[in-house]
Amino acid sequence: MNNPADRLVAVAAGKEVPSEVHQQVLDERPVLEIDRFSLWYGTKQALHSITMPISHNKVTALVGPSGCGKSTLLRSVNRLNDLVPSVRITGDMRLNGDSIYDPSMDVIDLRKRMGMVFQKPNPFPMSIYENVVYSLRIDGENSRGVLDEVCELSLRGAALWDEVKDRLADSAVGLSGGQQQRLCIARAIAAEPEVLLLDEPCSALDPIATGKVEDLIQELRGRYSVLIVTHNMQQASRTSDYTAFMYLGRLIEYGPTTEIFTKPILRETEAYVTGRFG
Amino acid sequence: MSFERPRRLRSAYSGLTAHGESWVWLTGGALAMAIAMITGLLLFIVMRGASTFWPMPLERVELVDGRQVLGEITGREEVGQRVEDVQGDPAAAAGPQRASAVGIRMARRLVRTANFEITGNHYEWFDEPKIARTSLPEWATAVERLEGGRFHGFPLRLVHATENSTEVVAQGPEKTWQAYEQLHPAFRRRFREAMHIDKHQRGVLQRQLRAARMAVVQADLDRGRKSPAYAAAVEAEATIAGRMQKQSAILDGQTARLREQNAGWGVEFETASGEKRTLPLDSIVRGWQPNRLSTIGKLGVYFSRWVEFLWDDPREANSAGGVFPAIWGTVAMTLIMAMFVAPFGVLAALYLREYASAGFLTTAVRIAINNLAGVPSIVYGAFGLGFFCYVLGAGIDEIFFQPSLVADNQPTFGTGGLLWASLTLALLTLPVVIVATEEALSAVPNSMREGSYACGAGKWQTIRRIVLPRALPGIMTGLILAMARGAGEVAPLMLVGVKKLAVDLPIDGTFPFVHPEREFMHLAYLIYDVGFQSPNSQAAQPMVFTITFLLVMIIALLNVTAIWARSRLKRRYVSQQF
Repeated sequence: MNNPADRLVAVAAGKEVPSEVHQQVLDERPVLEIDRFSLWYGTKQALHSITMPISHNKVTALVGPSGCGKSTLLRSVNRLNDLVPSVRITGDMRLNGDSIYDPSMDVIDLRKRMGMVFQKPNPFPMSIYENVVYSLRIDGENSRGVLDEVCELSLRGAALWDEVKDRLADSAVGLSGGQQQRLCIARAIAAEPEVLLLDEPCSALDPIATGKVEDLIQELRGRYSVLIVTHNMQQASRTSDYTAFMYLGRLIEYGPTTEIFTKPILRETEAYVTGRFG
Repeated sequence: MSFERPRRLRSAYSGLTAHGESWVWLTGGALAMAIAMITGLLLFIVMRGASTFWPMPLERVELVDGRQVLGEITGREEVGQRVEDVQGDPAAAAGPQRASAVGIRMARRLVRTANFEITGNHYEWFDEPKIARTSLPEWATAVERLEGGRFHGFPLRLVHATENSTEVVAQGPEKTWQAYEQLHPAFRRRFREAMHIDKHQRGVLQRQLRAARMAVVQADLDRGRKSPAYAAAVEAEATIAGRMQKQSAILDGQTARLREQNAGWGVEFETASGEKRTLPLDSIVRGWQPNRLSTIGKLGVYFSRWVEFLWDDPREANSAGGVFPAIWGTVAMTLIMAMFVAPFGVLAALYLREYASAGFLTTAVRIAINNLAGVPSIVYGAFGLGFFCYVLGAGIDEIFFQPSLVADNQPTFGTGGLLWASLTLALLTLPVVIVATEEALSAVPNSMREGSYACGAGKWQTIRRIVLPRALPGIMTGLILAMARGAGEVAPLMLVGVKKLAVDLPIDGTFPFVHPEREFMHLAYLIYDVGFQSPNSQAAQPMVFTITFLLVMIIALLNVTAIWARSRLKRRYVSQQF
């Protein structure tokens, strides 16, 4: 393979190619195992037999050019793709050993074990306080003491407490974009998720707000298992422990971030992360 | 191979149509026209409606033939005849206004002469050349009476007539009027008290007796005449009848005493033509001397007439007095309609937008609902009468109100009433609410729903906690439109329960407080009734505008309340992101 994009050309031609997964990843304790997972939108295949473990209490970044299936993979983890008609899947995912796509798995119970943050901040039309404790409210938790405690802990966890502690009763839609996104993170971690899914959380934010959210992701590392989709190579290298490079629905290479960015196995990966391709 | 530059296809000149200035003028002009028409309509109604109760000066009009009348000059118009044409008339030739009027078209004036029992008219036209003189006599008095319309005259004296003598309490206009103002409130109070006893307290007794009688019929129907239940019911009826007789006698005494106190007292007036009439003191609703009154005094009369208009029952075939029952009926019907239409409309729209999967059937249903909004309202009226009154209502009567049907041949729910009218209008406005709600729901960003699902919320939890609050302002808009449409509807209401006169309010202080079976009055129907069904149409005409004004105000008030609530919700739920 002389051309750095050989494998990618093969992928574009529709051939199946093997994924390069570094040994360090396999040695970690996984929180989420993606097992030969494929997904079709109607007749169009969006994911091709992806197998990857996501490490416990580590930050894993998914990178790749637009349309490579990063977000689809992320949304498959908490089965938000169920809402899209005409979606068909094969393979499975396991969250701490429990099959996610098992017919006996209740999708609502499943989602309660995860948190998700979207591209565009989507605070609910209610107060800051109610936003944070939303997942507890829908579980019927109404004890003021419990809610107050969770609210403060989550907002501190999302590095937002000092900015909003005096106006918890105010509408959340009045916050700035960066604050809204951190609020969404607080809302996601309030439910003590087993895995936290971040779908390009900074793509709608200005550089300062982006910096704050990235700092926050750094802080979450070690306490939460985070799976983050990003377009931004610097962000992936700064915030993540592991990085997975995807292309046209395939997992190309997956390993420790430092290795992916400095000495990847494949030259295709190197070409992408250094910006020569994609 | 030579390279040829392609021919230039685009012209460098951009014409007027590209810049669009002419369209700015056209569109702006259309908007200005629309605004002018709407403001014009509102101004017209407000001016005509608000000025009805202002006391106008009473002019003594002396005609060249010596006749005199006293009245308000309410209108003036030019007629086709030229003044020269009437000069052959000697009376006209002698008119002092002749000289100034030569060569111009003749005008005539409309005078509210009142005194119907003497002149046979409420209004009369006078040709201007035949008017010798007009003046504003100080003591000219306008009197609103309970019956017979206005009376215009000069107060002579206040008398108290007994069986064999007549005592003059006050003589001369000033003294008479002083005495009148002193005595009148007490007389009116006694009169109203007697009226109240007759209308309400007797009404309560009658209802009790009727209930007892119905219980007898019910017992007869259920158990037969020989049953002990029947005997008990008969006995109960007899007890109540006895009690009622006693109470009725007490009430008779009370009213007789009140009427006795009022009897014989009257104010004697002299009309402009010199006839004398004595008006019973307690039949005078209000009297005033517009020519004597200061602006503040006129304001006093103005507001007292407004208060009567807003709070009293109508008199004289709805052309005088108040419209309170109609206000009450309109508001009650509109609110009950909103109570029905809001939940049904919102739930239906929720299913259509949130649950139903997109497909041919959903599209068909949506189109059908949109078309439903265009069905003429009288069709709903016919349906309301045919289904609600004659099927549902008759069924209810069969089951629950059989005695009334059997004994009096009188339907309870089987005829028009508040409930059926509200339901009919709820049906009429349902499409409006469904369409508005659907639009509001589709305006809720999908990211909100996904965010909620990602938190582990179920579909209904997401709808209840996220989607509905966010869509509420839009839903309120639909409800406001529906209420405005419902409150102004007339045609279907005429079929399902609105009446010319219904003094028993559909919601009142007697158990069970809400009477959904009662017929009621409605402002929009009242406009039609007063304007076109009144025997005294010229006197009623100003009332038409006043009632229209009031209807506009009530709808505006309902809307402002709803808009205020909506803006509060909006501030809470939908401020802009970023």
